[in-house]
Amino acid sequence: MSQSYNRGLIEDFSRWREFEAGMWAWIFHKFTGWVLIGYLFTHIAVLSTAIPASGAETAVLQAGNDVYTQTIVSLEGLLLVRVLEVGLLSVAVFHMLNGARLLLVDLGVGLESQDKSFYASLILTGAITVASVPTFIAGAF
Amino acid sequence: MSTQIPKQTEKTEETAAETESEVPSKGDERRAEKRRRADERRRQREAEEAEKAAADENTVELRVFRYDPDVEGKQEPRFDTFHVPFTKGMTVLDALMYARDTYDSSLTFRHSCRQAVCGSDAMFVNGGQKLACKTQIDELEEPIRVEPLPHAEVTKDLVVDMEHFYDQMEAVEPYFQTNEYPDGELEEQRQSRENREKIKMSTRCIWCSACMSSCNIAAGDNEYLGPAAINKAYRFAMDEREGEDVKQKRLEIIEQEHGVWRCQTQFSCTEVCPKDIPLTEHIQELKREAVKNNLKFW
Repeated sequence: MSQSYNRGLIEDFSRWREFEAGMWAWIFHKFTGWVLIGYLFTHIAVLSTAIPASGAETAVLQAGNDVYTQTIVSLEGLLLVRVLEVGLLSVAVFHMLNGARLLLVDLGVGLESQDKSFYASLILTGAITVASVPTFIAGAF
Repeated sequence: MSTQIPKQTEKTEETAAETESEVPSKGDERRAEKRRRADERRRQREAEEAEKAAADENTVELRVFRYDPDVEGKQEPRFDTFHVPFTKGMTVLDALMYARDTYDSSLTFRHSCRQAVCGSDAMFVNGGQKLACKTQIDELEEPIRVEPLPHAEVTKDLVVDMEHFYDQMEAVEPYFQTNEYPDGELEEQRQSRENREKIKMSTRCIWCSACMSSCNIAAGDNEYLGPAAINKAYRFAMDEREGEDVKQKRLEIIEQEHGVWRCQTQFSCTEVCPKDIPLTEHIQELKREAVKNNLKFW
């Protein structure tokens, strides 16, 4: 159907403005899902510096001079990383809350208020993100 | 309203001819006089309406998608603007009909019953799939943009090719089948009230294809049955009179790769359905039904 015919730009005219709650929830869920997958790989890369660090001597470890501690400290020293961490938290929280919402949808519970539960998960995500800012940003500036 | 214009001129000609040729009876004269006066009144009313429209008082602006593959100058899709005088209770379909009858007779769109039963005038109005005949104009923001249904091939102007949609609908065998008959030969196949209530909403489908057009998944996957077809499958799979054998057959159809499992619960279909069928709910219930059918604990 869609693949056989291209109406050109006119096909996508104003399509974005008119999305309903359920569609936005789907788009955000996909987006946050991809972000989390991307994060997973950087997470593994950072954590795997602990493998060479584990071979280091006790004195080096206690002094915090091993590769792993150095990597973490230098990363946390970057302002960009601090800000990205807040973003990561909001993405993860939204994905979790919307995932719970989708579980309810799959169970067929409260399908009529699926839009409200989407808005609720958005608001909760915002609140948790704001509350986390002091923890993540403290001492960054 | 607008269709009356050509008719009216005919009528006045007729009455003129009548009064000239024959010697009419008193009753005829009176009737002719009456008709003439009614015509005059109507003409006056229409003149007033035209004046109002000219003074730009209470007209609605329509931007309508135009495309005609048969005419060389119209092969490039474009938007045409129509100014239609607003009347109370006017629907998008009324406005389109006025535009077609008054300004451009080549404006093409499907419509039949004008009361949300036939399902032939689903369109993309201001960015949403709507039935033109049950969409009130005063609820819409101006200018009102009318386009053919997205994700379907445009045949001309607002007419899209529905063949694919009908194919999907027929794929679920949308008719009653059973091999369980009641005992007596003349016995009726009765349905319980509870069961009727269960499938009630799903029977309301008018095959307008608004849901299919709004579905993001159906847009990207041509094999996906689509909300309307799955709803049809629900209507029969949940009908207890069909019996266990037929239900198994129906579940086999809907639990295929491009059946219910393609649905990602975006709720677009439920939002646009002009008959308020809870499509997502039905699809989800069929998913659970399919799982229950395949789970074996022994």
